[in-house]
Amino acid sequence: MSQDTQTPTPSLKAIGPDAWSETQARHLLWRAGLGGTPAQVEFLARLSPEKAVDQLLDFEKVKGYPEPAADEFDESIMRPPSAEDRAAYQRARRAQDEDFLAKVRLDRQRREQEDRAQVQKLQRWWLKRMIETPRPLEEKLTLFWHGHFATSYRTIENSYHMYLQNQLFRANAAGNFGELLFAIIRDPAMLAYLDNNDSTKAAPNENLSRELMELFSLGEGAYTERDIKEGARALTGYTFDYNTFVFRRERHDTGTKRILGTLGSLDGDGFVKAILGQRACAEFIAAKVYRYFVAEIPDPGSKAHAAVAGVVRQLAGTLLASRYDMRPMLRRLFLSEHFYDPVNRLARIKSPVELVVGAVRSLKTPVRDLGILLDAMDLMGQAIMFPPSVKGWDGGRSWINTSTMFVRENILNFLLTGKTPHGYDPLARSEPYDPTPLLAELTEREPGADRDPARVAAFLLGFAFGRPGRAGQAAVIADYIAQTGDGGVTPAGVTGALALITSLPEYQQV
Amino acid sequence: MMDLHSSRAFTRRAFLSRGLTLASTAWTVPAFLHASATALARQTAGAGSVPGVPQDRILVVVQLAGGNDGLNTVVPYGDPAYYRARPAIAIPESSALRLSRDGMGDGVGLHPRMTAIKEMYDRGLVTVVQGVGYPNPNRSHFKSMDIWHTADTSGTGDGWLGRYFDNQCSGRPGGHECSGHAGIALGRTAPLAMQGRRFKPVSFETPDLFRWTGLDQGDALARAYEALSKEPAQAMGGASPTEAFLLRTELDAQIASDRIRKAVGQRPLVAYPGSNLARQLAMVAAMIRAGLETRVYYVSLGGFDTHAGQGGQNGAHANLLDQFSSAVGAFYKDLAAQGNDGRVLTMSFSEFGRRVGQNGSGGTDHGTAAPMFLFGPMVRAGVLGDHPSLSRLDNGDLIYGVDFRHVYAGIVGGWLQADADKVLGGRFKPALVVKKA
Repeated sequence: MSQDTQTPTPSLKAIGPDAWSETQARHLLWRAGLGGTPAQVEFLARLSPEKAVDQLLDFEKVKGYPEPAADEFDESIMRPPSAEDRAAYQRARRAQDEDFLAKVRLDRQRREQEDRAQVQKLQRWWLKRMIETPRPLEEKLTLFWHGHFATSYRTIENSYHMYLQNQLFRANAAGNFGELLFAIIRDPAMLAYLDNNDSTKAAPNENLSRELMELFSLGEGAYTERDIKEGARALTGYTFDYNTFVFRRERHDTGTKRILGTLGSLDGDGFVKAILGQRACAEFIAAKVYRYFVAEIPDPGSKAHAAVAGVVRQLAGTLLASRYDMRPMLRRLFLSEHFYDPVNRLARIKSPVELVVGAVRSLKTPVRDLGILLDAMDLMGQAIMFPPSVKGWDGGRSWINTSTMFVRENILNFLLTGKTPHGYDPLARSEPYDPTPLLAELTEREPGADRDPARVAAFLLGFAFGRPGRAGQAAVIADYIAQTGDGGVTPAGVTGALALITSLPEYQQV
Repeated sequence: MMDLHSSRAFTRRAFLSRGLTLASTAWTVPAFLHASATALARQTAGAGSVPGVPQDRILVVVQLAGGNDGLNTVVPYGDPAYYRARPAIAIPESSALRLSRDGMGDGVGLHPRMTAIKEMYDRGLVTVVQGVGYPNPNRSHFKSMDIWHTADTSGTGDGWLGRYFDNQCSGRPGGHECSGHAGIALGRTAPLAMQGRRFKPVSFETPDLFRWTGLDQGDALARAYEALSKEPAQAMGGASPTEAFLLRTELDAQIASDRIRKAVGQRPLVAYPGSNLARQLAMVAAMIRAGLETRVYYVSLGGFDTHAGQGGQNGAHANLLDQFSSAVGAFYKDLAAQGNDGRVLTMSFSEFGRRVGQNGSGGTDHGTAAPMFLFGPMVRAGVLGDHPSLSRLDNGDLIYGVDFRHVYAGIVGGWLQADADKVLGGRFKPALVVKKA
């Protein structure tokens, strides 16, 4: 009998202090954070559940990651041509002035190249921030919004707009969803991505209107085609100039619209208000949050589905009661008995970000090369700043196939040993992985255990998997450690053991 | 008699030695195992590919990335407008390899460095489809490539080959098209064209990347890894759904890795040139020879974005065409030596052609329509479609005559024998590019 039918408790009651141990603390640290060391798990386990959740969720109380300097990212690379530039170009085109046209072309190519370099810099900056931040949930939610309001550099080709959008998500990470929705219809990256920048009264573009409801707030079926048409009219004139939102009154359709039952001469804000007035909106966001932090929603009709649907409904209720403030809902979820139910533990597959960032944060490996890590994340299907479509990343099982499986194993081996498919990272020798702090944690609990290959193997498996390894696995790992260390435990043996353990399918679960 | 339900039966080693006996095991057997067992059984029974009889058809896609200059590939030497537009880079009439035959291809010829393809053309192994494009051409590399990959003029949605697999495999686990490596893409990342809603291709640059890198880090580590890879099966019984899924995929990956690396390790039957594309096609030929149950292979050659100094008879673009032509030529010689050429249809495309006029830097900028090539004994050989007019232009660009989705429809329906309407998400009259079997 498969466990598909296993039903988690539907209770959103807060987990009691008696049920709170390192197992639950580890679950919280990986799900509401990006993983951590045994010491960090132990620290959370010693707090009350409420305090542990506060620790992650009230991240504004934690000193933040330093913000980039104002000129860290160049805002002007993709500055649009001025009216004079355009006129000169048209003149040259009519006159067939090939030299001039070639110059314009070369300049454009140079700027596009520079901008592609800048988006890579932006990716590196964000990945480093995720690895180093003392506020992991802030970054995890920023990534959540990046996948929710998915916008790809590939289409908009403007790195500074991607940066602005990223900072918008961070500023509202655990803030108010409504405010985020008002902001997103003014966000240059989104306006360009969904073609609203050219939407006029004469020719409204329906792209943003459709996705605003289908993917960003209500979900399919909660609106009509007519709502889309009327919504598109409400959004006409919402565009941007250079790096700033502008409302072009002359392009805006001021006529009467009916959207989702609201009648009036609605503009974009009126449209968003009509959306926020729908209970379907709260349900949709609660379900998306649930899938990101807890598990897939079971198939309709199953007993498990009923339990989970009830949980999502209650979470939606919390979201509505707080007028779309995300924190109360997240707090209720992260504290709930449901969240820690054994059915929900290790039920998710790590996203490429969770895999890579989580490995560095929990095992304390060297970072080695952000470029290689980003490359691997791309190969594993999650290039940040380049979501595959406006639907974002499907996540779950779609992360895993025969190709990505090896990439997942190999990027862990790279972090631990510096091994690349064709050799070694040049710094591998000067920057070996140091497993002593990890072993020290074992010794602190079980004095002397760090000299026993069997106990080390059991400890490493348990820490890496979040549950004990199987006996057969533990035996192979212990053998390997002993063999490498002449019967004892050496740093090389532990490093190799971790490379083996992280190559196992169980390591992909979180 | 081996107990099929013992855990040992599901380990990789057990499979490799006893594969055939696994054909009818329970759900714990990965889809791939089931498929390969079937395939092996067929081969053993002598019902496999018979030389010259196209069964178990294979499609190979060659992507020419960057925007191949169609006008210097299939040269309209009969049109003076061509020479006026390209004073520095045009191919002289005297050196174009003339395609004129059976009333087709008058006035056009291949670039002089495409001798291998010309030779194949003369033997009836090549179709040239002229003037292929799509409405409202997009000149962005990314966007236009996405349009070709999705077969959708907005460039969004799943890949067309991914949809082919999704359709073929829905509701039939273990079918031939649905093995763990039914689609293989050589290259760093899997192309969008191969990405379905459910179907995902295997992709690797070289087969030694399609394995755990720790295998190179000493015998002790490699032995421990091997020992651990026998473990998953024992766990399947008590595994959660997520865990069972991961264990199965891991097993699939291990098996595919072993078989692909073993296949590619064999020496090809003919000599290949030293180019990157030739290396990729040699690997494809080796995998076909080894009998992998793969329906679609995808390879690519980049560098066609010739904005400056592209050259004419010689130079950068000529070298690329040489590489393309000689690699395809060697590939089909190899396939013929294997007796597999009749099973393999190859298609090449690029995201767009280039502008008619040369630019100020001795190159050409992003344009529109361009020719597609199809190769293999089963293509309807010759030159199809008219060469786009050089006098009636759209703002300096060629106007396409054939929507590429008609060619796709011809391949999906005529070659892969699947429902083209479903795969392409609409009705496109299939271009008759494949011989009637």
